[in-house]
Amino acid sequence: MPKNIIEKIWHHHVIMQKKNHPAVLAIDKMLIHEVTSAQAFDELRRRALSVRYPTRVIATLDHSISTTKNRTVMTDEQAKIQIETLRKNTQAFGIKLYDFDSKHQGIVHVIGPELGFTQPGETIVCGDSHTSTHGAFGALAFGIGTSEIAHVLATGAILQYEPKTMKVIFKGAPAKNITSKDIVMKLIATIGVGGAKGYAIEYTGDIISSMSMEARMTICNMSIECGARAGLIAPDNTTFDYLKERFYAPKNADWERMILSWKQMISDPGCHYDKTVEIDINNLKSMVTWGINPEQAISIDELIPAFENAKEAYSYTRLNAGQPIRNIPIDWAFIGSCTNGRIEDLRLAAAILKGKKIASHVQMYVVPGSEQVMYQAMQEGLDKVFESAGAEFRMPGCSMCLAMNDDKVPPGARCISTSNRNFIGRQGPGSITHLASPATVAASAIKGKICSVEEI
Amino acid sequence: MKPFQQLTSQAIPLNMDNVDTDMIIPAQFLTQVTCDGYGQHLFQRLREQHTDFVFNSPKYQFSAILIAKENFGCGSSREHAVWALTQAGIKAIIAQSYSDIFYNNAIKNGVLLISLTPPIIAKMIKNAIDQNFILTIDLEKQTVTTSEDELFTFDFDPFRKTCFLKGQDDLDYLLEVTS
Repeated sequence: MPKNIIEKIWHHHVIMQKKNHPAVLAIDKMLIHEVTSAQAFDELRRRALSVRYPTRVIATLDHSISTTKNRTVMTDEQAKIQIETLRKNTQAFGIKLYDFDSKHQGIVHVIGPELGFTQPGETIVCGDSHTSTHGAFGALAFGIGTSEIAHVLATGAILQYEPKTMKVIFKGAPAKNITSKDIVMKLIATIGVGGAKGYAIEYTGDIISSMSMEARMTICNMSIECGARAGLIAPDNTTFDYLKERFYAPKNADWERMILSWKQMISDPGCHYDKTVEIDINNLKSMVTWGINPEQAISIDELIPAFENAKEAYSYTRLNAGQPIRNIPIDWAFIGSCTNGRIEDLRLAAAILKGKKIASHVQMYVVPGSEQVMYQAMQEGLDKVFESAGAEFRMPGCSMCLAMNDDKVPPGARCISTSNRNFIGRQGPGSITHLASPATVAASAIKGKICSVEEI
Repeated sequence: MKPFQQLTSQAIPLNMDNVDTDMIIPAQFLTQVTCDGYGQHLFQRLREQHTDFVFNSPKYQFSAILIAKENFGCGSSREHAVWALTQAGIKAIIAQSYSDIFYNNAIKNGVLLISLTPPIIAKMIKNAIDQNFILTIDLEKQTVTTSEDELFTFDFDPFRKTCFLKGQDDLDYLLEVTS
């Protein structure tokens, strides 16, 4: 029977499936960071267990770290302890940590692909909901909680029910300035924040095939924002070209052998999906959120819609139904995060900001997703472009996406952001977030108001 | 994990769809390295913004059953959200549906998640706002009984049911089957 790629990866990894039981699913790779792992290591200690497959796990620091130039200086004592705890735990349990100045420290979902740790056909987990990012490589990748991190550390497996499968077909070709961020935001606005609950998604369409790996990662990254358990894209030559020669990628004869195996990781003709969704992107415009969750998004030309059950959203964002999203004044602009903190995102923003100044009342942070992204940006002189425009180019980390460190949008301030969540207080208590693409964020920072690139 | 068989408690109503885990516990409180100390920050932002928010009300201070609506627990995978709820005394949730990661996190901490239909939830929320609404959950029988003597049955995964009734831990099971 023909199978889709999700079913193929799933069935390759089921160790045991008893009737009326969840499957025991083998996990190939796990990424860990400082915020969700400490309690899992404590669980191992309590039970006197070791890590069963330490070489299948890598760790880095990203969520609670400082992004200031001297990041060893931290004001939050508790966060400092959290970072030291990860250092101690990874050392004690024999796990590779990409620490500061390893040249590879960065956001987990940026460094996994960069190092070639993320590979097609694998099951990949991390104590972070944006683990779906790794799906861009044709892996079944999903976020887990701390209990499950302990399960994977101790056994290399977790208990999971088989996901339903959804095929998303993006139809058509978007205009020049439309990015993969706009495309995935359109999907979320169409099916809603719970629209893919219980499903793993395969993204398809000519536009997906022609996208770079980085653009694909942005799409897969936001799968969780429509409730999907995972989101993936079948591997192809773009995937293989990206992976070749990367640190953890197989080499020589192993590489040739793995390519053959990876090429099988595609959906068979005539395979079944539990659901199919088509999204027309031919006339897609830049997307911007107006409310307090990612489905509350419209195109730049639209008016804020009227919904009975969105009172909290209008009140929190201080916006009214019927008001245009265009020209709403902003106070902050943020470029970064596991969604849009890669080199292509920074290049796109820099191309718009080059030779221009951001509005005098706007503060802007550009936070590279990893040390590698940072070095590359500096080599290309992008840091100078950002600084000349009046933005701050900072050290890598999650930063203002979730405001766990000192990078906070002040109470009442309005930020246009390339991150993934516009939840209440997400970028700091009382902050208001408008999600958008790097192009829209850069353009809006210049104008000081929400606008699209065409207006610059 | 402690066994879960029966629970009788007043219900606390949360009349919102898509309650995300950032609402349940904001990221700023995730810097602890233990499982303790989250309960006092449960729904902190909403409690600060709205003095009449249910978790500010003394009326519900001993409630162990939360009633919520659609897609409860969406967003971040932080298990801290479940720890915050349990430390504030919540032992069971009745909602229309849950996000997948939150569901997994909750059941691993012995929080019973029950799904009921929108009309039943709407009525329960109204009752819990208007009166001292007491619910009894019987996991063995898979029933919820209200203080108005209404009885609802719910579906529950047979494997999970055994785990809850016996207090069986996933990790013990995994260690056994992968050894």
